[in-house]
Amino acid sequence: MKLDINGKVHEVDASGDMPLLWVLRDLLQLSGTKYGCGMAQCGACTVHLDGDPVRACITPVSSVGGRKVTTIEGLSANGSHPVQRAWAQADVVQCGYCQSGQIMTAVALLEKKPVPTDADIDAALSGNICRCGTYLRVREAIHLASRLKRGGK
Amino acid sequence: MTVSRRDFLAGAATGTAGLVITFYVPAGVRAAPQAAQPPPSPNAFLRIGTDNSVTVLLAHSEMGQGIWTGLAMLIAEELDCDWSKVHSEHAPAAPVYGHPAMGMQMTGGSSTTRGEFDRYRNVGATAKALLLSAAATRWKTTPAKLTVTKGVIRFGGKRLTYGEVAEAAMKLPPPTTVKLKEPKEWKLIGTTVRRLDTPEKITGKAQFGIDVAFPGLRTAVVLRPPAFGAKLLTFDGADALKVPGVEKVVQTGNGVAVIARHFWAAKLGRDAVRAEWSSPEGGGASTEKILAGFRQLSRDEGTTVVDTGKVKETIKLAASRLDASYEVPYLAHATMEPLNCTVKIDGDRCEIWTGTQFQTVDQGAAAHILGTTPDKVTIHTTFLGGGFGRRANPASDFVSEAVIVAKAAGVPVKVVWTREDDMRGGYYRPAYVHRVEVGVDPAGKPAAWHHVVVGQSILGGTPFEKFAVHNGVDSTSVEGIAESPYLEDTRSKHVSLHSPKTPITVLWWRSVGHTHTAFAMESMIDELAHAAGKDPLAYRLELLKGKPRFARALETAATKAGWGTPAPAGRARGLAVHEAFGSIVAEVAEVSVGDGRIKVHAVTAVVDCGTAVNPLGIEAQVQGSIAFGLTAALHGKLTVEGGKVVESNFHDYPVLRMFEMPAISVHVLPSDAKMGGIGEPATAPIAPAVANAVFALTKQRLRALPLRLAQDTR
Repeated sequence: MKLDINGKVHEVDASGDMPLLWVLRDLLQLSGTKYGCGMAQCGACTVHLDGDPVRACITPVSSVGGRKVTTIEGLSANGSHPVQRAWAQADVVQCGYCQSGQIMTAVALLEKKPVPTDADIDAALSGNICRCGTYLRVREAIHLASRLKRGGK
Repeated sequence: MTVSRRDFLAGAATGTAGLVITFYVPAGVRAAPQAAQPPPSPNAFLRIGTDNSVTVLLAHSEMGQGIWTGLAMLIAEELDCDWSKVHSEHAPAAPVYGHPAMGMQMTGGSSTTRGEFDRYRNVGATAKALLLSAAATRWKTTPAKLTVTKGVIRFGGKRLTYGEVAEAAMKLPPPTTVKLKEPKEWKLIGTTVRRLDTPEKITGKAQFGIDVAFPGLRTAVVLRPPAFGAKLLTFDGADALKVPGVEKVVQTGNGVAVIARHFWAAKLGRDAVRAEWSSPEGGGASTEKILAGFRQLSRDEGTTVVDTGKVKETIKLAASRLDASYEVPYLAHATMEPLNCTVKIDGDRCEIWTGTQFQTVDQGAAAHILGTTPDKVTIHTTFLGGGFGRRANPASDFVSEAVIVAKAAGVPVKVVWTREDDMRGGYYRPAYVHRVEVGVDPAGKPAAWHHVVVGQSILGGTPFEKFAVHNGVDSTSVEGIAESPYLEDTRSKHVSLHSPKTPITVLWWRSVGHTHTAFAMESMIDELAHAAGKDPLAYRLELLKGKPRFARALETAATKAGWGTPAPAGRARGLAVHEAFGSIVAEVAEVSVGDGRIKVHAVTAVVDCGTAVNPLGIEAQVQGSIAFGLTAALHGKLTVEGGKVVESNFHDYPVLRMFEMPAISVHVLPSDAKMGGIGEPATAPIAPAVANAVFALTKQRLRALPLRLAQDTR
């Protein structure tokens, strides 16, 4: 089957029930999307389908169809996306394992709500677990990214 | 691990465009006599390239705690290099990278920064001396006449970069002693420095163990015993082999490994293995029965830890007495990255890629399994997707197993644990019961403290027994009790310990014994304060008169949290202070109750950790430790029935999520105390601070974790 990932069409040979997560990680070597729970509980595997955040670990690859898949690797070539810049400025990461998912969720939130409140952020990000406890800086970085996207500092 | 100098040079040269000359700085030039120094090549803590790049080799593992940045800061401080040119990488596993205090290569005990403070600064200072010496020779002058700014050496109107003299410096003998900067000369240490590992961690490029990939590598998922004590009787892998992508099914000791072309096939294959297991003895372990047994045991004295004064008599004659039991359950570490390990065996050599906190132990275990020597086992330490102690196992479980699987499979394999495998795989924070009986004097102070601790020993029966278990007492079971600052003036103390064995495997978990001792101590002190009719802060400060560091931390936290002023409507505050790993942390929690649940709104944390290397990193560690401790305070509990772990994933083993994260303000006290650790200490005080706040609000004294209000029907 064909998959449009990060603006490039890939031909993959996978059974339809194989989760998108493992297609990305094991067949296409896009390992920035992480496995955390396998049951949409932790958000580490968050990717975008046509801009909407989904949990790749429970998304059968057959259900993707012609929708455009965006992974952390597709956000920017060098970390220059405003959300990534905000993440760097707020010094968010610790172990870093959940951060691809946190960032992908944050990017999708800011597309829908360019100026989110704390409550908006909590609602959107509470599906993304971070065991290092970076939540406060995640929230701070999202506010910062919101300003960066609007041309602020 | 034997890497010749030539190998190292070649490796460095191929890794960077153009010619890169690297030079090595031996560690411990001050202390080690010349003859005792290992050969120079693996003795590398620092590489300086002709392109002026500065690469710091880390003897410890980056698992989120920030040493990727912190250790590099120590070298850069003394080196006076350009910080924008500094990179870190994990060192290979080799004796030279042994922990200065522990000998072995490991990361734990909140010991990296304080343990390496001298060694890494010495490395930087030694390198600088060599570079200056090389430049001075070039200019026919003396090093003392040169100046250095950001890796540029100047003399008169001339300038040379570190990269330009690196090759010459490499040929010089290292000085036998170097002078380190005085704290007032520090330019980097003590300043706010952002993390060096951010670029790769925000782009998905960071390599964790689970991301390891190379041609020919297969993925294995392992069927492990369904219950503690169950033994594999027979298995049938025929259905597993029918799964497309599955290549092999092999027995691996007490388990069955399914080897496939990718994880998904291996997992489906593993789930299709039919296996018969023996029933564990006596119907299998039950946490309910285990805790009932612990409660029973707590009525009797255990092995004596401390015995001063006449405790029983003093309690009998005391003005009043208070008696309470505190309990904590088994907990999983639940690192975000499930356990995994990649192994490639080649004759009598073996390469391992994994996120481990325990290189020396894992290297030894792998060598033992393969009948070879540790130097033939290469360990590539990847980033760790969380450690919290789980990746530092004296039993080397996830590494040993992967070596066994790779050996049986005959191909390189990456063993990946599912979340369920990880959560049910044992090596938990042990459950504990504390029974505390206090004889109270007429002023309300503890005149006699009688404390019985019951819980499994983490280190008994491991190679660490001889270091940490003395006279039958595992120090990690009782740390934080006998040396409590509150008991300074309590003359009669009796602390004893029962270390019962159960089939459930246990391990250290962020802040180790303090996770339960701080809860017992700070809860009981709070109970004593209320029993005496005193303000919990004032009561504590009275007991802490001879402990100014504790008093200052607690008082500062109280002041910053507005202690003594009314809390917002419907909320109350509680406090706790505890020392762990050489650092003192005081915390004030502000809580409310709604729908029978506890909500923590705000936490004020004050830290005295001695020298603060990177305040930005310290803030992150304190926030993170509090989040970790709040999971234990509000949610964490593993249940074992019939030997089987009931919980399996984040739906039934909830961990703190963003909507539950309180506002946390962190204050680092200026301190000239000996440097303490920072990765763990802030974990311990949060549960009692919350429990004490809940009492202030509801008059319900919650003595078990996770905290459950009477009206909470969960």
